[in-house]
Amino acid sequence: MSEALERITKQEYQYGFVTDIEQDTLPPGLDEGVVRFISAKKEEPEWLLAWRLKAYERWVAMKDDSPTWAMVDYPEIDYQAISYYSAPKPKKQLESLDEVDPDLLDTYKKLGISLDEQKRLQNVAVDAVFDSVSVATTFKKELNKHGIIFCSFSEAVREHGDLVQKWLGSVVPQGDNYFAALNSAVFSDGSFVYIPKGVRCPMELSTYFRINAENTGQFERTLIVADEGSYVSYLEGCTAPQRDENQLHAAVVELVALGDAEIKYSTVQNWYPGDADGKGGIFNFVTKRGACRGARSKISWTQVETGSAVTWKYPSCILQGDDSVGEFYSVALTNNCQQADTGTKMIHIGKNTKSTIISKGISAGRGQNTYRGLVKISPKATGARNYSQCDSLLLGDQCGAHTFPYLEVKNDDATVEHEATTSKIGEDQLFYCQQRGISEEDAISMIVNGFCKEVLRELPMEFAVEAQNLLGVSLEGAVG
Amino acid sequence: MLEINGLRARAGGTDILQGLDLTMGPGEVHAVMGPNGSGKSTLANVLSGRPSVEVTGGSVLYKGKNLLDLSPEERACEGVFLAFQYPVEIPGVSNMYFMKSALNAVRKHRGESQLDAMDFLQLVREKMKLVEMDEALMNRSVNEGFSGGEKKRNEILQMAVLEPSLAILDETDSGLDIDALRIAAEGVNALRRPDRSVLVITHYQRLLDYIVPDYVHVLAGGRIVRSGGKDLALELEEKGYGWITDGASA
Ligand SMILES: Nc1ncnc2c1ncn2[C@@H]1O[C@H](COP(=O)(O)OP(=O)(O)OP(=O)(O)O)[C@@H](O)[C@H]1O
Ligand SMILES: [Mg+2]
Repeated sequence: MSEALERITKQEYQYGFVTDIEQDTLPPGLDEGVVRFISAKKEEPEWLLAWRLKAYERWVAMKDDSPTWAMVDYPEIDYQAISYYSAPKPKKQLESLDEVDPDLLDTYKKLGISLDEQKRLQNVAVDAVFDSVSVATTFKKELNKHGIIFCSFSEAVREHGDLVQKWLGSVVPQGDNYFAALNSAVFSDGSFVYIPKGVRCPMELSTYFRINAENTGQFERTLIVADEGSYVSYLEGCTAPQRDENQLHAAVVELVALGDAEIKYSTVQNWYPGDADGKGGIFNFVTKRGACRGARSKISWTQVETGSAVTWKYPSCILQGDDSVGEFYSVALTNNCQQADTGTKMIHIGKNTKSTIISKGISAGRGQNTYRGLVKISPKATGARNYSQCDSLLLGDQCGAHTFPYLEVKNDDATVEHEATTSKIGEDQLFYCQQRGISEEDAISMIVNGFCKEVLRELPMEFAVEAQNLLGVSLEGAVG
Repeated sequence: MLEINGLRARAGGTDILQGLDLTMGPGEVHAVMGPNGSGKSTLANVLSGRPSVEVTGGSVLYKGKNLLDLSPEERACEGVFLAFQYPVEIPGVSNMYFMKSALNAVRKHRGESQLDAMDFLQLVREKMKLVEMDEALMNRSVNEGFSGGEKKRNEILQMAVLEPSLAILDETDSGLDIDALRIAAEGVNALRRPDRSVLVITHYQRLLDYIVPDYVHVLAGGRIVRSGGKDLALELEEKGYGWITDGASA
């Protein structure tokens, strides 16, 4: 298409640098010994080692069950060529943030994440995960005052073992799928959040994931439990260096919302997408699921996916509690040779459960973008309602958009609505903007931004700005 | 202001403009009339730089510059404004934000400071009075779900905000009710200054009662086949185009 479109869609990845830091890295390969090594390294209790080993067993048994139904095409992954543990060598035991390796602080600064509490936006607490371990968590004291637990997964296992044991795997069981099983066996770190009964978390919680080491996979695990009547908004961001080899990222995220609790989970995913010819980039194979266990609970997923070579991801909601609510707001942008197969599952079990799906796919270059969603209404889900809207925007004529909405309605009383559109960024729209003095590049940004508006407005402010910049756009709706 | 010589243009594989000449002085209002499909919108498109129209011959000088060398946004920044016959919808982009971006782009080009949200709001409120537009339309997506008349009014509002030196109105009157027509015309008249020119494309004499043209041209078969004063419009209203175009093709 136009030159401006090319320029915009061919922008260089900004976060491709590598941090030169001494790391403890396990040689490539995966066997039971590696699982035991990771568990021992983290000084884990017996129950967790047993849990991991069971997962490993499941994974081995699934050897040939790596999912093939998604509309993505990538070379077979050699799981023996990946290192399953890599951590920056601590210079000494950390007492406070002041003692975090300056190289690491620097890395996060370059990424626009300040771990310095004084300089940080007042209302966001950050957990920084670097390859396999969490390197820093901010605002812990402040959160402790409210009884909120926000720490690295490893710390949670040490300090709050009973809570972890109670909820780990309760939403995504070890054998759920191939990648979840792999993650359950070798996960290294991640974030843990517990919001006590009736507490409204006073700040945004966020985890910033960074892959740095070569030939390693990142297998983090996030577990968020919102006890009755509580509320939390959680943000997740990710980047990785630019490398010629593909790297595997197989995370698991579990959310539990008890009665009247609400979890808002936002992701801005910007893993290295590979170069213009499709060389390198992250394979982003992620299992995200939330359970609305209690009545009137609510889980809301918002994602802006602009990175990764291949994305395979379906943040889902199991609506068990009566009157519970699930939401999925997604922007997926694929450019160059990127492929995304993403969507959601809304499983309606409780009465009068409600779900909303808004999916915006943007394809540019030779990018392929697939929406895959399931809305399932079980026989008991009387009065259930779903509204789905899937819109695709094509930039150029070598890219593709595909939509696969699946419906399983087993209750006649349910209301299910689905709308889908596919449009091309129009010459008319571009020309209209240009005729008003707006450059073609800004016009494209503006139109794409407008297309994504329903999703972007769901993001917390700090992230909305980042997401809009990511989409190459200026801030829309500053007025009005 | 504007000097068009022997302009030829094609779109979709057909030659549409076939040697068009037109000269406009500063401060002048010119009306272009002509049968459907005669090339009026194509002329507006060529002047504003729509990429789907290909210029195959002739020249256009605007303020002494070769207009055809400029990109559409450069032309806009240099003061060429087109009120579209069919204004375009841009879902999800607020009308307010769109206009502010446009004005700031133009101001940047002129080396003027950028207006922030508050300044712009103040300015646009002033201009809205002129076209009697409902402020609610500012917070909706650009032209999305606007009625035909609202779209046209929105074009006039943008013109008032951008204050162009050459305004081209492509059938801005069609679809407007009688009151709206008067309001739109007043918007145009308010813009008139000795250094600004207006090209009005219309089918109806009625608009020209409000925006009184200095010259009226008849476009047929891709050329200006007759030019005259404002009386020519009255004559056309009475007799139609046949008496001119028949002569032209003969
Ligand atoms: N992109 C295009 N592809 C094919 N034909 C075109 C294209 N643009 C214009 N035309 C044709 O050129 C001729 C002139 O069109 P234009 O829109 O300039 O007419 P007009 O004088 O504005 O008519 P109206 O009074 O109906 O608005 C018409 O026959 C039209 O169909
Ligand atoms: Mg026309």
